[in-house]
Amino acid sequence: MSTATHAHDTHAHGDDHAHDHHGPPAGFTRWMYTTNHKDIGTMYLWFSFTMFLLGGTMALLIRAELFQPGLQLVEPQFFNSLTTVHGLVMVFGAIMPAFVGFANWLIPMQVGAADMAFPRMNNWSFWLLIPAALLLVGSFFVPGGAAASGWTLYPPLIIQQGISIDMTILAVHILGASSIMGSINIITTILNMRAPGMTLMKMPLFVWTWLITAYLLIAVMPVLAGAVTMLLTDRHFGTSFFNAAGGGDPTMFLHIFWFFGHPEVYIMILPAFGIVSQIIPAFARKPLFGYASMVYATSSIAILSFIVWGHHMFTVGMPAAGNLFFMYATMLIAVPTGVKIFNWISTMWKGSMTFETPMLFAVGFLCLFTIGGFSGLVLAITPVDITLHNTYYVVAHFHYVLVSGALFSIMAGIYFWLPKWTGHMYNETLGKTHFWLSMIGFNVAFFPQHFLGLAGMPRRIPDYALQFTEWNQISTVGAFIFGFSQILFLYIVVDTIRSTHRKAADKQWEGADSLEWTHLPTPLPYHTFEVQPVVK
Amino acid sequence: MPVKFNRAVAAAAAFLSAPVLADYHVDILPPATPIAQQIYDLHFGILWVCVGIFVVVFGAMFWSVFAHRKSRGAKAAQFHENTTIEIIWTVVPFVILIGMAYPATKTVLDMKDGSNPDMSIKVTAYQWKWEYDYLQDGVRFYSSLKTPRDQIEEHHGKGAPKNPNYLLEVDREMVVPVGKKVRVLITSNDVIHGWYVPQLGVNQYGIPGFVKDAWFKIDKPGTYLGQCSQICGKEHGFMPIVVKAVNADDYKKWVADTKAKMPPPPAAEPAAQVAAAAPAEDPNKKWTVDELKANGQKVYAANCQACHGAEGKGTPPAFPPLAGSKVANGAKGAQIDLELKGKPGTAMASFASLSDSDLASVITHTRTSWGNKGGEVMPAEVKAARK
Repeated sequence: MSTATHAHDTHAHGDDHAHDHHGPPAGFTRWMYTTNHKDIGTMYLWFSFTMFLLGGTMALLIRAELFQPGLQLVEPQFFNSLTTVHGLVMVFGAIMPAFVGFANWLIPMQVGAADMAFPRMNNWSFWLLIPAALLLVGSFFVPGGAAASGWTLYPPLIIQQGISIDMTILAVHILGASSIMGSINIITTILNMRAPGMTLMKMPLFVWTWLITAYLLIAVMPVLAGAVTMLLTDRHFGTSFFNAAGGGDPTMFLHIFWFFGHPEVYIMILPAFGIVSQIIPAFARKPLFGYASMVYATSSIAILSFIVWGHHMFTVGMPAAGNLFFMYATMLIAVPTGVKIFNWISTMWKGSMTFETPMLFAVGFLCLFTIGGFSGLVLAITPVDITLHNTYYVVAHFHYVLVSGALFSIMAGIYFWLPKWTGHMYNETLGKTHFWLSMIGFNVAFFPQHFLGLAGMPRRIPDYALQFTEWNQISTVGAFIFGFSQILFLYIVVDTIRSTHRKAADKQWEGADSLEWTHLPTPLPYHTFEVQPVVK
Repeated sequence: MPVKFNRAVAAAAAFLSAPVLADYHVDILPPATPIAQQIYDLHFGILWVCVGIFVVVFGAMFWSVFAHRKSRGAKAAQFHENTTIEIIWTVVPFVILIGMAYPATKTVLDMKDGSNPDMSIKVTAYQWKWEYDYLQDGVRFYSSLKTPRDQIEEHHGKGAPKNPNYLLEVDREMVVPVGKKVRVLITSNDVIHGWYVPQLGVNQYGIPGFVKDAWFKIDKPGTYLGQCSQICGKEHGFMPIVVKAVNADDYKKWVADTKAKMPPPPAAEPAAQVAAAAPAEDPNKKWTVDELKANGQKVYAANCQACHGAEGKGTPPAFPPLAGSKVANGAKGAQIDLELKGKPGTAMASFASLSDSDLASVITHTRTSWGNKGGEVMPAEVKAARK
């Protein structure tokens, strides 16, 4: 939708600049002190991938323990720590930083800006992640072991545990600070640094979804910070926010946590919508269907996400009016989400499609995310939720949303932009192999969990009754296929970076139309747009 | 027609599920109450709607994946919006949702209508057992996992063969009469737990300091299994619920039998209240040290071994070892106090619900095993400490 009046050559004017503006300094200090959005984006993505492997290892330990009834590998307390830290690491360490990595790489290029609005703060937002991750993972090694309360950190259970909880709370504070700084940076960049002529309704959808996500982050991260700070004072300073004996209420934590937690799941999915909305039109060689309704649908989802938190709490015993309100509001989210799915399918309709790896992951996203949406609709119905609450059905549901939704779109995005980022093409055969292994492994791992949930198997248990054995075994086999195929992904990315013979073109994908493809050379110069392009 | 089909599936599932539930089970368990039946029908209704939408939407998608490929010579059309169709696919799902919300609303209101119960049972959750207090019938007892520890723990060598109802069996079942509206008042003594029996359509958190309620009315005699649904610490997976529905006569008989086993009604002082749920015992029995040790081993296996290990080594750092511990080798009074009151801020719960002799036995066991030299404790000393 955006076309520029003239192509701009970034190398054409360098005479009046100091030499070192054109290339990065070498060595460790380049990464330590960098303010370059591409370097920071790269660091975010590698950080995210490291955490993804770490969280994945925890998941595989969980699945290995659940391969058969009885306790074989781990103690129940350690099992609970694994489920808790797996959740925290995947949400805050893997998915969110991956999307921030994309934002850093792409937003300046897609809006025609030279860099992020606050480059020094950008560096700081990244480096805050490291101590937070060390605190989170380090909590495994302190007396009492890591947090073992589920990633939702419900009191009073969390009040019982040791110093690891304080480390977790501090980690959440630091991650929250990082996210808020990142969001301010993204909003400012998008609103103030767009190229002349790029009106809001001409921005690529990835930029739109991140703009909305950044507002969500700014709205809810302080809420989470408040909730965990109250936990901290309850633990150490004699307050009773969540202690009935002192006049508080444990349920209040649930309300506050989910007021953050529900928008959080959209924080993890809206940028995915953006990525997929870039990829599907490119490979269908057809403009995105219903651009405007995509923007409105995304905004509606974001607004609705603030009034549905109660659906995580149908079993705490809210009054009937509360249950009904949250049921109706939750069901309503299906409408804008449906609009988005229909738009993507209409984009594919009468296209001229090819199925390279990014498109495979995008179509995989579309299929599996829709299944996650359906199970979400089932769970939105209060009475059905009550019978499935905290069972494996819920585990299946949110993994369909967060793995096939968020993670598959991240994979799609990596394959889509890797040629631009590295200047080299990835190995298409290996990429397709990675897709099919992930697709099969994922479904074998998570689809049977619907059945386990329907049959009443609670989640977060280290051992189970005998009738759950078969589906658990299948699920474990799938999880290992899915987990190990990510090693192939690591190989593919490293191979792409190091290969010198597969040069990528300036516009690697025939149907790609955003500024980074149409206005920038491959490989990318260290500084992107030194003069802004003009968009008609 | 779907309802008929559902019933057929339910009947088939019920047939397959006796006595152990079917392997490769793919459906909600057969409902045992009218509410659970409504939930079952709602689930199937929504499932079919989803399947319908799935077929239409993915039919369109897979058709375009198949037919509109570049390799088949497809030329890309350039249309990119159509207001009419976009309005249609906003309005149609909205109407479908209203169709779903209507029956769901009725069920929510039914579930929340706990008025005029025939009887009320107060359910209190503990780490990691349940207490049932029959408010009208004056019966009160604890219910905890019956599966022996050696069937569960396999990492120290081979575990014992597993019972058919492995992890879903309790020492004392909750017994209710069929055809009566039973209101359960659910609370907790320590952390949040979830009282979850899927076939009764009940899943309600027990929240410390608050009492929440749910209700059920079971149609047919039978045994209905459930588990704690909210993570409540280390033994979360080992907190089963067994509800046995019997006819009115059997229920009366059960109440009489259970009452006979209970201690006489507690005296007015609060200390005795704590002991109320402890089973009755012969106060005149004289225990020898060997008897205490032998009984102590059993009590230890049932109550302590999960955290502190069969060899008293604990699972450090969360659960301290007892072998060589200061408490088990120190003053008797301090250990009795610890067992009765628990240790706030840790997973060490109060074991005041055990009888004096059981507590004395288990304390004796821990003070005389694994090289500990604390010496024995007599039931009378525990009894004195309760006051």
